[in-house]
Amino acid sequence: MIPELGHLALILALSLALVLAIFPMIGSLNNTPGWIALARPAAWGQFFFIAIAFGCLVSSFLNDDFSVVYVAQNGNTLLPPVYKVSAVWGAHEGSLLLWVFILSGWTVAVSLLARHLPAVVLARVLSVMGLVSIGFLSFLLFTSNPFARVFPVPLEGGDLNPLLQDPGLAIHPPMLYMGYVGMSVAFSFAIAALIGGRLDAAWARWSRPWTTVAWMFLTIGITLGSWWAYNELGWGGWWFWDPVENASFMPWLAATALIHSLAVTEKRGAFKRWTVLLALLAFSLSLLGTFLVRSGVLTSVHAFASDPARGLFILIFLCIVIGGSLSLYAARAPSVTSGGRFDGFSRETLLLGNNLLLVIVTAFVLLGTLAPLIYDALDWGKISVGFPWFNRMFVIFTPFLVVLMGMGPLTRWKHQDPADLARQLRVALLISLGGGILAALPLLHEGSVWAGLAVMLSLWIVCSLLLSLRQRLRYRKGLAGLWQDLGAKGSGSYYGMVVAHFGVAVFIIGVTFVMQYNVEKDIRLSPGESTELAGYTLRFDGVQARQGPNYRADRGTVHILKGEREIALLQPEKRVYTVQTKPMTESGIDVGFTRDIYVSLGEGLGNGDWSMRLYYKPFIRWIWFGGLLIAIGGLLAASDRRYRIAVRDRVPASAALGNDGLIANGGS
Amino acid sequence: MTRYLRYLVPLAIFALLVALLFRGLSLDPKIVPSPLVGKPIPTFTLTRLDNPAVTISDADFKGKVSLLNVWATWCVSCRREHETLVQLAKTGQVEIYGLNYKDNREDANRWLAQLGNPYVANAFDSDGRVGIDWGVYGAPETFIIDREGIIRHKHIGPLTIEILNEEILPLVAKLKS
Repeated sequence: MIPELGHLALILALSLALVLAIFPMIGSLNNTPGWIALARPAAWGQFFFIAIAFGCLVSSFLNDDFSVVYVAQNGNTLLPPVYKVSAVWGAHEGSLLLWVFILSGWTVAVSLLARHLPAVVLARVLSVMGLVSIGFLSFLLFTSNPFARVFPVPLEGGDLNPLLQDPGLAIHPPMLYMGYVGMSVAFSFAIAALIGGRLDAAWARWSRPWTTVAWMFLTIGITLGSWWAYNELGWGGWWFWDPVENASFMPWLAATALIHSLAVTEKRGAFKRWTVLLALLAFSLSLLGTFLVRSGVLTSVHAFASDPARGLFILIFLCIVIGGSLSLYAARAPSVTSGGRFDGFSRETLLLGNNLLLVIVTAFVLLGTLAPLIYDALDWGKISVGFPWFNRMFVIFTPFLVVLMGMGPLTRWKHQDPADLARQLRVALLISLGGGILAALPLLHEGSVWAGLAVMLSLWIVCSLLLSLRQRLRYRKGLAGLWQDLGAKGSGSYYGMVVAHFGVAVFIIGVTFVMQYNVEKDIRLSPGESTELAGYTLRFDGVQARQGPNYRADRGTVHILKGEREIALLQPEKRVYTVQTKPMTESGIDVGFTRDIYVSLGEGLGNGDWSMRLYYKPFIRWIWFGGLLIAIGGLLAASDRRYRIAVRDRVPASAALGNDGLIANGGS
Repeated sequence: MTRYLRYLVPLAIFALLVALLFRGLSLDPKIVPSPLVGKPIPTFTLTRLDNPAVTISDADFKGKVSLLNVWATWCVSCRREHETLVQLAKTGQVEIYGLNYKDNREDANRWLAQLGNPYVANAFDSDGRVGIDWGVYGAPETFIIDREGIIRHKHIGPLTIEILNEEILPLVAKLKS
């Protein structure tokens, strides 16, 4: 009964998505207020029914209803309740349902929070989101119904993939999807602006907080994914350049370019065509990622059930959405006027440089991801593009990005005197060069040119941020002054930028140090035996068997000593999940601010001996800490007071504008 | 005119991409000739499946023509293939080494005890790390290695008598001569 209810709710949601995509759009074009007014109720209705469907699937999992194929494949009576819920998005059908659920959620959020928009614009934005929703809902209903039944009913379910039974992975997909799908808001704003023919500062201001929030979720999602891989895969890696990871990284890069470009369009009215193209690109890459992951055209360590029929469906959908939007762009972009002028050296040019670099990097990641496919399609043979290629590319482009990142905040809009900037940045340059050279010399550690470069780049960012802070606060006194400044209009954006850029500095240190100074040891230990690792003593005290809720485990005990003093007790496990009988390593990690000690159990070798893999991972936390700071920066920027003030100010203005089909010109 | 053409560039790039992706749908990424064919076997050292105290390494492959068969107890096709391997071993035409891939030692030894052991020796690659070096996509896979320790051929998927007769044994005979 409940699965049928869920299925019915999905069908009703699809009908409402059709209503949402058709009527408000036509109404906005031929000025029919009644049709325009349909947008919001249709968006709410769609959300309501998808929420019901989602609830039905959750309830089927919680009640172990194995008559539902999807539940029978991914559920199990022994699964802890938390994982019964996260099993909903543990495989293809359910993750699509989560996807449309989040999409309808974003649609409702836009309809509620963007009330200051002229009704016509809002109707168009919601309508475009409805169009995207039609695609995903029909994909769900026609190729991947999560509510399909099976007979005879299995007695027990196939269980959730043990890899996914981890808190990190329970929340990683929802965060990632919040980001992917959130890009549809920026996309819809861009399409609405293109249809209306008015790309201006007001459009940029409206879509900016939405884009920033979506980007923040994407950042959190990617960071969580990396943290999970480190904890769960048992070989200490944190990023694999796997097609599925790249699928999330490409929209992130495009969105990073977009949030910077939006700043220029909002503040200076420049880069309009470019910004709108980036908004289309960011969402297109999200969709492309879905295609790559779901269609099976690329092999990946993330083994999803892939299916060519599904691939064809998404490809057609891609053609409609991306092809349609790029055609609209080609038709409308020539008539867009160029905005504010700027000189050859100004904040605009630096941000343009940032944009170009980010787009180039995105293109390279796309090329690397698709290379196996390109070679195959052209009969050039088979290749796989791995770690070294991607890493080399990042080593080439990152320094340029960072140099611009340091200069940007200190550079004026419109015109900047290079000599003046050089004078300001002299101190930063000296400190970063000095620090970099010190770090490259073999004083504390063995020396490393790469570590030197990383320290130099990070110091460059930090010093230039401090200089920028000093400049901003030069008329304010002490901590009270800082506090005052924090509350000012526009400060959210500024401090968001500071925190996010600082996050990049932290991230660079983490990545480089862990790659340069990582110590790795494969060893066989008998109970009571000790070994040395990077100045620590690790004593192995044997392995005991343990019974978990849905797995059996061998739990090792490893004491970590610094000199004579014990500083940590690690209990790495080797688990065998009862149903899927897949061995899983649960690493034992002693977390530290400047280093992790990571122990993963290998094999029992008889007589209580075990093979073990030990790692010393300096500064690895900084990678995720940096990611977190970047996300916090996004949150600060999105919560800038000026967006809320804009909401209050603009209500009467938009009411006065009525339904003339134009975007209100907010100016700036 | 060029003013307008410029804005068609993104659409044109997208069209190329769609053509590529459409082609991709009809290709099978799992059919992979190994990039290692013609290259020396990757260096490795692993414990033997039947005895963790003894190791087996790339050095063991020098000086003779041999097969390396990647298998696991969780792999259904390997079970199908196993009988073929046992028969091949009986003919004594070529030495078969095994790479027990992402498996469990107990299960694997039980499997050999039950179904027969066609292998000269088995390397135990529990976490599949050595498998990565060999470019293993999934079990079963079979490599043909010549006297110099160079990989001459890779077969993906279960071996059958036909494949042995048409593909594997002629190459083995050629390498031996």
